[in-house]
Amino acid sequence: MVRYVLLRLLQAVGVLWAAYTVSFLVLYALPGDPVTLLAGADATDITPAQLDALRAELGLDRPLIVQYLDQLAAVLRGDLGTSIVTGRPVTEIIGEALPPTIAIAAFALVIAVVAGAGIAIAANYTRHRWLADVLLGLPPLGVAVPAFWFGLMLIQWFSFTVPIFPAVGDRGFISLVLPAITLALPTGATIAQLLSKSLSNTLREPYVDTAWAKGASRARVHLGHALKNAALPALTVTGLIVGQLLSGTVVTETVFSRPGIGRVTAGAVQQQDVPVVQGVVLVAAIAFVLANLAVDLVAPLLDPRIVTTGARSPRRGAAAAAARPAARPASARPAASASGARPAPVASATAVSAAATTQGEPA
Amino acid sequence: MSDTTALVPERHEQSQDVFAATADARFADAVRSRSADAALRAGRGIGRVLARPTLLIAIVWLALVVIAAIAPNLLAPGDPLDGVPADRLQGPSAAHWFGTDQLGRDLYTRVVHGTALTLSAAGIAVAVGLVVGTLLGLLAGFVGRFVDEAVMRLADVLLAIPALLLSLAIITALGFGTINVAVAVGFASIATVSRISRSEVLRVRSSVYIDAARASGDRWGRVLFRHVLPNSAGPVLVLAVLEFAGAILAVSALSFLGYGAPPPAPEWGSLVSGGRDFLRNAWWLTTFPGLVIAATVLAANRLSRALDTEGRRTR
Repeated sequence: MVRYVLLRLLQAVGVLWAAYTVSFLVLYALPGDPVTLLAGADATDITPAQLDALRAELGLDRPLIVQYLDQLAAVLRGDLGTSIVTGRPVTEIIGEALPPTIAIAAFALVIAVVAGAGIAIAANYTRHRWLADVLLGLPPLGVAVPAFWFGLMLIQWFSFTVPIFPAVGDRGFISLVLPAITLALPTGATIAQLLSKSLSNTLREPYVDTAWAKGASRARVHLGHALKNAALPALTVTGLIVGQLLSGTVVTETVFSRPGIGRVTAGAVQQQDVPVVQGVVLVAAIAFVLANLAVDLVAPLLDPRIVTTGARSPRRGAAAAAARPAARPASARPAASASGARPAPVASATAVSAAATTQGEPA
Repeated sequence: MSDTTALVPERHEQSQDVFAATADARFADAVRSRSADAALRAGRGIGRVLARPTLLIAIVWLALVVIAAIAPNLLAPGDPLDGVPADRLQGPSAAHWFGTDQLGRDLYTRVVHGTALTLSAAGIAVAVGLVVGTLLGLLAGFVGRFVDEAVMRLADVLLAIPALLLSLAIITALGFGTINVAVAVGFASIATVSRISRSEVLRVRSSVYIDAARASGDRWGRVLFRHVLPNSAGPVLVLAVLEFAGAILAVSALSFLGYGAPPPAPEWGSLVSGGRDFLRNAWWLTTFPGLVIAATVLAANRLSRALDTEGRRTR
């Protein structure tokens, strides 16, 4: 168990480092110059010499590798650099913006889990075919509707037509409701799709027949036996869901004019504030990694086989890869049939490819 | 698909004259019955489409959307930038199906003419994602070993960053504009595509007809382009349509946030954000463009699901 935990921790740190490196490459190695943007519309007034001075001041004139190592060392000390636009430390900006975002994301998560699981359970539980069809038709709608538009529609209906909730701003809990529902929409739809599929698969397992044969009630079979086992596969997408919620705040907080990480991100992109964008990406990767770490540590409690046999793929992100296409309708099947469902041919194919490359004829 | 390839080793065996003739005849037969088969399958396919009304609606809608993108004047002859100030902020009517905006421009015309920008951005995004993702997947699946390890670990890392944030980081570096938004959205989908195409390549590689082609002396390059690529194309097509739906959502979200084409040009996402200030008194300005986006995404998702079941049926 100690070895299992240490391995997971090591992998988590590895993913964080790699994610930071990728974001550095994207932000610094791609063409595009924050300095000219910082100089702004009146860039014509500024001489190239002044631009160079600004670059030197920001440390952007050094070779990429030096900048990278310098930044990495700073990150290890907990320093994410300073905003190009405001000059404030990035950690301070993100630290200020995090609490309101966590509040809305946590609320959205509760709504998404309750609504998503509710739809999945009800669709499998009901004996009425039409009701199941209606319920199962909701998640595909949920993933097709643009979140920014859904938020605006909510404002129109519940702030203007029927004034129940405030449209914008922060007036305590009541102004949290509409943004949280908006944020919960794609996540809830994802959960509903995954769980209803997993639940209907579980209900075909032999031990469910045993439960029926023992005379268990419908509620006991569905909620007591099947749900517990069906929840485990759904749990593996926790990292994805956290990422979805965090990045969803960019749109939600813009629509509802709320302060938070999303607004900070939208503003930073608008002003090409590279250090802030990089900080947000790192925070998102941390959230993803922490969520997965939590799942990895909780999963053995639900299913002890995971530690002893390594039943779950040890590779970080494997769960997310299986889940991301599943976030949209219909794709769960190609992904499942392509990767998970047929381990044997895949293994043999790797062997074949190894043999082929040793023959000296790589493709 | 494997009919002809399965015949290859058989023909090698029967090198004697007597058998050669019959083998050739059988080969011709197989080809003929295959084309008849294809016609029959196409007929059945159309029948199945007609039998499913939601799929039919989805296809008709997508056809309209494509027409709007290629020849917007067929559906909306007006000028999307030309407003009649006297007609400003009018609700939906027979003259203005979707109403008019604050400058008196016809919203329906603007939505139709905005289709091209949004659709081409989504198209570029899918192209970027598919080409790079498929190449990486092909590389990983075909070369294997450390290349496979490296590509898949890279995909893991890309998946650790939420797609929208990855797109935003790229836009920060590249700057605004429809093309940059498209590239950013496409880049964010590379990891998913490369994973799926890799497993698809691995599946096809382990097929018997690949061994047969190798045994009959085909070089790997030929096997790759003649057998592996065409046979992995089906699932990739399903994925392409699905990615297209996702790309429309992502592109319009980024254009809603203001990173797309600059203001006067209509884009689906920016049309929705343009109506934001008039939510209270002009509901149609946000409602209709959003409905069009949702309907298009829904239709593309439906089509992808149908292609998926169809692919499963024939495989």
